[in-house]
Amino acid sequence: MNAAKATADTGAAGLTTRPERGGAVRNLLMVTMGPIVAALVFSGVILLLLGVNPLTYYGFIVERGLFSSLGLQQTATRMAPLLFLAAGLIVAFRAGIWNLGVDGQFLLGAVAAAAFAPLLVGIWPNWLILTAGFVLAGAVGAAWSVLPALLKAYQGVNEIITTLMMTFLGISFSHVLVKLVFLDPATTVPQTRTLPVEDRLPRLFETNISSGLILGLVAVVAVHLMMTRTAFGLRLRTVGASPLAAAHAGLSVPRLTLAVFGLSAGFAGLAGAVAILGVEGNVRADWNPAFGLMVIPLVFLARLHGIGVIVLIFFYSAILIGSESAARKMGVPQDFTLVLVSNLLIFLALAEYLDHRRRQR
Amino acid sequence: MGVSSRQAQDLRPLPGAEVIGLVSVTKRFPGVVAVDAVSLSVRAGEIHVLLGENGAGKSTIVGMFAGLQEPDDGHLTAGGQRMRLTSPAASIAAGISTVFQHAMLVPTLTVFENLVLGDAWWHRPPRAEVAARVAGLQRDYGLTLPLDAITGELSLGEQQQIEIARALLRNARVLILDEATSMVTPAGAAELGARMRMLADRGLAVIFITHKLSEAFRFGDRITVLKQGRLAGEIAPGRLRTLDEAGAIDEMVRLMFGGGGRAVPVTPRTGQTRGAVRLSATDLATARTDDFAGLESITFEVASGEILGIAGIDGNGQKQLAEALAGQRPLTGGSIRIEGVDATCGLVADRRKAGLRYLTDDRLSEGSIGAFPVYLNTVLKEIGKPPFWRGGLERTSRIRDHARALIREYTVRTPAETTPIGHLSGGNIQKVILGRELSGTARIVVFNKPTYGLDMQNITAFRRRIREIADQGVAVILISTDLDELIELSDRIAVMEGGRLTGTVTNDPSQAEAMRLQIGRLMVAEDGPASVPA
Amino acid sequence: MDALLTNAFASSLLTGAIMAGVPLLLAGLGEQMSEKAGVLNIGIEGMMLFGAYTGFLAAFTFDSLWLGFAGGIAGGMAVAGLMAVLCVRLGLNQIVIGIGLTLGAEGLTSLLHHFQFSRTYPRLPAPMRIDIPGLTDIPVIGPSVFGQHPVVYVALAMVLVMACLYRRTNLGLTLRAAGEKPAALDVAGGHVVAMRSAAVLFTGAMAGLGGAFLATVGAGVFIPHMTGGAGFIGIVLAMLARGRPAWVLIGALIFGAALSLTTALQVAGSNIPTDIIQMLPFAAVMLVLVIWGRKARLPAALGVSYERGAR
Repeated sequence: MNAAKATADTGAAGLTTRPERGGAVRNLLMVTMGPIVAALVFSGVILLLLGVNPLTYYGFIVERGLFSSLGLQQTATRMAPLLFLAAGLIVAFRAGIWNLGVDGQFLLGAVAAAAFAPLLVGIWPNWLILTAGFVLAGAVGAAWSVLPALLKAYQGVNEIITTLMMTFLGISFSHVLVKLVFLDPATTVPQTRTLPVEDRLPRLFETNISSGLILGLVAVVAVHLMMTRTAFGLRLRTVGASPLAAAHAGLSVPRLTLAVFGLSAGFAGLAGAVAILGVEGNVRADWNPAFGLMVIPLVFLARLHGIGVIVLIFFYSAILIGSESAARKMGVPQDFTLVLVSNLLIFLALAEYLDHRRRQR
Repeated sequence: MGVSSRQAQDLRPLPGAEVIGLVSVTKRFPGVVAVDAVSLSVRAGEIHVLLGENGAGKSTIVGMFAGLQEPDDGHLTAGGQRMRLTSPAASIAAGISTVFQHAMLVPTLTVFENLVLGDAWWHRPPRAEVAARVAGLQRDYGLTLPLDAITGELSLGEQQQIEIARALLRNARVLILDEATSMVTPAGAAELGARMRMLADRGLAVIFITHKLSEAFRFGDRITVLKQGRLAGEIAPGRLRTLDEAGAIDEMVRLMFGGGGRAVPVTPRTGQTRGAVRLSATDLATARTDDFAGLESITFEVASGEILGIAGIDGNGQKQLAEALAGQRPLTGGSIRIEGVDATCGLVADRRKAGLRYLTDDRLSEGSIGAFPVYLNTVLKEIGKPPFWRGGLERTSRIRDHARALIREYTVRTPAETTPIGHLSGGNIQKVILGRELSGTARIVVFNKPTYGLDMQNITAFRRRIREIADQGVAVILISTDLDELIELSDRIAVMEGGRLTGTVTNDPSQAEAMRLQIGRLMVAEDGPASVPA
Repeated sequence: MDALLTNAFASSLLTGAIMAGVPLLLAGLGEQMSEKAGVLNIGIEGMMLFGAYTGFLAAFTFDSLWLGFAGGIAGGMAVAGLMAVLCVRLGLNQIVIGIGLTLGAEGLTSLLHHFQFSRTYPRLPAPMRIDIPGLTDIPVIGPSVFGQHPVVYVALAMVLVMACLYRRTNLGLTLRAAGEKPAALDVAGGHVVAMRSAAVLFTGAMAGLGGAFLATVGAGVFIPHMTGGAGFIGIVLAMLARGRPAWVLIGALIFGAALSLTTALQVAGSNIPTDIIQMLPFAAVMLVLVIWGRKARLPAALGVSYERGAR
């Protein structure tokens, strides 16, 4: 099975592009902004049909997520795990690997950090606990991708199936770990031990924004630079574009494949760590924010480009924060964001298709 | 339209009557006019050859007859009436059966299932009927059709027979064979020719597409020559009967390439002074894989300035040999010495450093990365190495300068070095790859089907290049399925069959026919693996 | 512990297994046809959920379970129609669209439910059951296996129908050709796009029916996200079944039994979370893939769109 590769060079729909005739920037804008606008309009129509004024709703979200001081800080904080996830996805997609296991890797990394950190409060210095928590989470995330990595690298088994399976396994497994192994005996609510607020990631300056944001930005920028300017990054992109050509060029495709999985899943694990160590402090039973699935379309929309991803994640986080509040105030469930993201994905694929057809003429 | 329900056509057209045809058909694709106002007529009882070099428009015409494409201008005809073929189903309903160059059978289905493929989905497979008719076909045409065998496990020649049988089961009135002899031995080609004759004698119209001039003469009744999408000329049956092979080839060449006389013969290489042995392979063996048994006891030597040709039917281990030499495929036995130094344990990078270069036959999927710009493709095998990388960081301006120099030296036609290489034509991509492989000090170059799919101009240019390289002292290994090319360029020709070298022949153009026969026999290992003294 | 060994308990266990297994069976059979034809239908979870909603809506509005099932089938096919147009006809990436459709269905049904039923949370009356005379008197298995709602028997019958269809007619080999080498089917005069579209629509119908069953007969109420991964398990069952409908049935029964068992155990006071059982089918697939590696046969063209004469 060889589903179309979605790399930076071929886009989300897996289509190769033909020569531009001019107006390249305008074109890019249309293929990027077009789906966003279409998704907003289409979702707005759905709201209208349900009796909600979409302009009021969108206005509320924007005002709450972007223009209120508290909301903006929450937005910035929410970005942190999403940025780490995006970093991991950029590595994978540019190397031609469909790592759909990010949600499982995220949760297991989160559980690892949540189980480990509270135990060492007072015993180790704070900075050490946090660092170790991150390292552990990254390692656990990476470890959860070993099986799909080996199967892909040495047996050629398609990673879409294996990572999907591992993600469901990982989600269930994390629930089991929380409920059975790492349960906090002190409370009645099923969850792991809580890391006290003062021991979590420090806030930025005088704000409420977690410093995880900075870490996340660094991660995305570092990954982007690595993929575009280094020899290692080029090797990964070569494997992603054509494993045949990579082997012909003397690259060790199995080893590079393992490296891609390790990095990508490691970042997903780190995303879990930053969510727990920065904001949540613990993992509740059956907690699954499914961030990974949501970041995938954003990464595609940004054409796997670092800066683009950061901008899109900012706006998406604002929508998440705004819609949480809107769920209480306006009675529109937060699940609306699912509709929005789904529309975005579909319109994006359509836009790429139309663009591809237009170029062929 | 089912296999079982069609009655044999009693209204068989009289021999010589037109069955299908094209009337001033034009077909355009982005950037190229593939077929330009071509008219031709295919008659019952005739083997009609469509001749032309790569890119002449033959495949497009086949595509239109097969229902895969429709003409932009002009129309198709059937029995003199206008006809539209909007899909392969329509083509089949019109009585046309096409056997493509690459088998269009489903490998996991059985032979029987492939024979009935295309029938309406609600029918029950007509086992008994088909078995009876198949028995008849086996009798009449000498086909072997094991109904319950898994198609993917059969040889290419057997698969071709299945496709022909399918055509006959459909009571086809027209059989189109697209480059059907590219995958078979000279003997197999003759067998196919005989079968086509039998079918034509029974009233079928047979269209035989080829770029091989000798086959066109030997098998065809009527020859239509295409050149760059246009009808260059036709040799009618009456005229063809009066010509001998040389005369016919002369005329075909004149129609294909214009100008006078036959293609300028390149002076064959004779008695070049041989230098020291550059590459010495002893007893090479590789592991068996799913689709190939593995190389066995390959032993040969190539000297500086020598061109060793490697002939053989595609799929007998040539590609595996090239990969083993290049370091892409691990050896399970034997050794390789480059200029006396043992290189057996090295990988691709090590062999490259020792001076061994490899031009793959798959220039689009393996030799280059279409989405990457030209300049990256020129350093694809040097990722991370100085002077193009320093400390792991890319020095893009250096790479681009290098690429520009290469583009100049090899006259690559490209808008810029930043253009994605996939936008270039096949010939230009091949030039970039050649430039890449020859950069630095190349001591040994392995060419795998370097001129496959290129147009005549590029083919001649490349062959000249290969000579020049050898004249400069490089040891050249030339793998090719084109015997003409091997005879033109090689000093010696080794033949591969089933992963072994079945023999080596010294090139002597004055004995071309005898050599061809001997090579042909070696290709099927008729004389056994004994090697003829080189 | 004694409570576990009564006939009544065993009977309810069996009933639970069938209740849980039927939606999985339907989803699995549906997905199997898609995959045979070469379409990796990840949107099946969305089709199931949407079918659950439309099924419940229809059953509630028209006060008829049969119309509920019709509604479920229609709902599932609506989503499948989108998939057929976008992926099979236009050739967009099957994974991306599949995820999109599933997310969309999750979001949309949640929204719709919130605006329509969140205040009232209506329930459907208990479903009818067919009692096959004589057979229902068999102890233990009698009432549970033979006293079920008609749709259960329909689902079982589908297993036979599909097996027959695949093996005896040209349908089976045409679908396999579409999944292995669509170009060969096209050239032989078959219709690749039509075949694949039909397969996807069939998947939608089956998934929708399964979802409707879940909502109307199984639970009697619609709860957002209620399918809880049943569609994905259907994908797993289809992959493990290697083309045979009978194996989908076996897989669905085993899984249904396991789910039923954990629920019963939980009721009996044990602490084992259902998550452990949830892990089983996915772990099984991984095991199969690890043991057989690349030989765990999946259709060669699975997930790849077909474009005639693509240059």
